[in-house]
Amino acid sequence: MAAVSTEPQQVDLREPAGWRRTKNRIATWLMVLSFVLVIIPLGFVLVSVIAKGASSINWSFLTGGPVPSVVAPAGVGGLGPAVLGTIEITALATVMAVPLGVLGAIYLNEYGGRNWLAALIGFMSDVMTGVPSIIMGLFIFTIWVLHFGLSGLAGAFALGCLMLPIVIRSSYEMLRLVPNALREGSYALGATKARVTVTVVLPAAIGGIVSGVLLAIARAAGETAPLLFCIGAAETTNSNVFSGANTALPLQIFSNASQPYTGAAQRGWGAALTLIAICFILMIAARLVTARFARYSR
Amino acid sequence: MEQSEQNTVTDFQSVPESATRQNVALPEPAAIAQDQRAGQPSAAAGVPIFDVKDVSIYYGSFRAVTNVSLTVYEHQITAFIGPSGCGKTTVLRTLNRMNDLIAGARVEGEVSYRGEPLYVKGVSPIAVRRRIGMVFQKPNPFPKSIYDNVAYGPRINGIRGKSELNDIVERSLRQAALWDEVKNRLGNSGLSLSGGQAQRLCIARTLAVEPDVVLMDEPASALDPIATGAIEDLMKEIKDKYTIVIVTHNMQQATRVSDRTAFFSVLVDSKNDIRTGTLVEYEPTERLFGDPQDDRTKAYVTGRMG
Repeated sequence: MAAVSTEPQQVDLREPAGWRRTKNRIATWLMVLSFVLVIIPLGFVLVSVIAKGASSINWSFLTGGPVPSVVAPAGVGGLGPAVLGTIEITALATVMAVPLGVLGAIYLNEYGGRNWLAALIGFMSDVMTGVPSIIMGLFIFTIWVLHFGLSGLAGAFALGCLMLPIVIRSSYEMLRLVPNALREGSYALGATKARVTVTVVLPAAIGGIVSGVLLAIARAAGETAPLLFCIGAAETTNSNVFSGANTALPLQIFSNASQPYTGAAQRGWGAALTLIAICFILMIAARLVTARFARYSR
Repeated sequence: MEQSEQNTVTDFQSVPESATRQNVALPEPAAIAQDQRAGQPSAAAGVPIFDVKDVSIYYGSFRAVTNVSLTVYEHQITAFIGPSGCGKTTVLRTLNRMNDLIAGARVEGEVSYRGEPLYVKGVSPIAVRRRIGMVFQKPNPFPKSIYDNVAYGPRINGIRGKSELNDIVERSLRQAALWDEVKNRLGNSGLSLSGGQAQRLCIARTLAVEPDVVLMDEPASALDPIATGAIEDLMKEIKDKYTIVIVTHNMQQATRVSDRTAFFSVLVDSKNDIRTGTLVEYEPTERLFGDPQDDRTKAYVTGRMG
């Protein structure tokens, strides 16, 4: 039997030197590098849009009209019609796509199970996610605009088609994350399936669903291509979203930014900043609303 | 079922609470249940609540449990014990048709509740679960306030009155021995509670709908001895009003609380690597532990087999 040592035992708890420590360093630096790479373009876009666009933002730019011709100097007219058009058309598209998309996701996850209809809908919505946005515009052009003419409504249809698969997919993923234990807890109290879905599953998933919806709205608000054929190019305010040509901020950015005139360039930057600001305000508002819903989730 | 929900809401204006609840569920046993509520426990000691006859349970083509026959009696605590994978939980979940929620689950044989077959056409699993509540192994409070967790069941049964809900919430939390700990923070999230408190909240939530039977699936397996003791005391206390079936891994717990114990075991077909649970022995608890008849039971209760 070995003698019992009275010497205190030396332990070394540091990360051992060598390949493992090196790997750790490399991975850490790669992550920092990726973060910086992601931040650079984001910061660059924001800074340059604010720097070049802020000077053209004023009340008459945001609300005034009519939309000036591209050759007009800066400070003439305003983009009020486009701001209103963007808000109207995006709101209408949201009203069409979000309830449908969330209900679709509920069907897929809670009701459809593994039946063929659910599988088909899931597959089709995935395919729809990959359809280029200009195709959506052409689609609405052929089935709607050719028969009923240009209108904000047609643009909303196109944007709605674009948003729908995004809303379905993101809501579906969020519903899937709701633990089954919660559903069973509710069923065990004698709740019907509809009750379980409305009172337990949806509240538990609402934060994530709202995030997905916001992404879809932001995506739609910034789309140019689907609107090109659908809403026309109105120069004055058209508050009737259901008929007559309309206009939107992305279209103004598109038409102004491609021109050599300094006035047009100014308006393009201003429109870009306005669009970013609208999306930003929307995000914050939605976060505040969901914070109320989600206050029990931890 | 939607129809009877509607009835509950309207009836509720004129009919006293207990009567309304009975109307919600299966019609036939209402009379028996009324008597029981009126309180004649001693005479009813031998009233069978569940009759399980030759039951096999399948998940798809896999037979998980076979050859289970037992009778659960009113106002008794019945314990299911046995090694992992022996089908205790599966059998428990067939008693309130919880297995309906698992795709491909299927029951063969007869399960009846107060004489009414559960697995026949026309029986609504929702009506069944309103009378036969369940507490799960892992505490699963809803992401709602403590108050809303307990009021959830009464609300889906159509109770809307604020003072009545307050009474139910307080009574249920007291029954679950949780009231004193949470009475000043009923508005806090149910998820803010510790494991033991959360489990008692789930028990309170189950008791709030005044079920006839409470099924408990290892309710104390994640709890410390003090919380476990609290839940065992609670079970003994409420068994005058409810019938309890509990699944437990803890044999001491079974001996401490239960009146009858069912021992389940696993039949292993090693050639095809198929394991099927089955009921080995079902006796009054003292007898099962004191004088087990089957060798497998003997080995298990004396600790010679895991």
